[in-house]
Amino acid sequence: MYWEFELILFVFLLLVGLVALEVKDLLVSVVMLSAFSFTMALMFTSMGAVDVGFTEAVVGAGVTGILFLIALYQTTQKSKD
Amino acid sequence: MKTGSESPIIVLGARLLSPFIMLFGLYVIFHGHYSPGGGFQGGALLAASVLLMRVASGTQISSLMVKESLTTPLGVVGVLIYFGTGLLAFLMGGDFLDYGALPIPGLSPEYLRYTGILIIEIGVGLAVMMVMILLYDKMATGEEEVE
Repeated sequence: MYWEFELILFVFLLLVGLVALEVKDLLVSVVMLSAFSFTMALMFTSMGAVDVGFTEAVVGAGVTGILFLIALYQTTQKSKD
Repeated sequence: MKTGSESPIIVLGARLLSPFIMLFGLYVIFHGHYSPGGGFQGGALLAASVLLMRVASGTQISSLMVKESLTTPLGVVGVLIYFGTGLLAFLMGGDFLDYGALPIPGLSPEYLRYTGILIIEIGVGLAVMMVMILLYDKMATGEEEVE
């Protein structure tokens, strides 16, 4: 019954996932993965799984993004091509 | 990651946002037994509020909220709350984690289960929060310990 809303979310999900895969800058990739997780949380909520969506929003979009960011700052980028 | 951000706007924004995230985490933990949410989600929210301060202002300032040496002991305390509640019910004659057998006087069995789930969720939330902060601290200072 919410198929229009879910269609928009699916298109946005594909777009964000492709950008996260194809972009050169890893910081942009981390932010796009957070956006991907948040879109997934919205989709879970619209399908009725509020608890799963809650966990996805907190862990996927919040804590995992911070951990990726720390891993990014702890490693150095040697090549400049 | 010792120094943190130089910008006062980012630090001020994180300071404004962090208490509200923490309050919402406490709400999620204490309402977890009759609404969506629970110990894990609330603990992750509490950890997110501390991690926001750590990312924004560096480890030195934000260790005023949760000290780095405090994370492992409090995580162990959270696990012990969970395990101790289950074992107490087991020793009082019920099954493991059978909240109806908890020895709290003056409560009917329904309210015993209600209170037992709340105690379990406080333990789970404490353990999840502290382990997530511990992961961040170990990842942020890992390079210096190796050298």
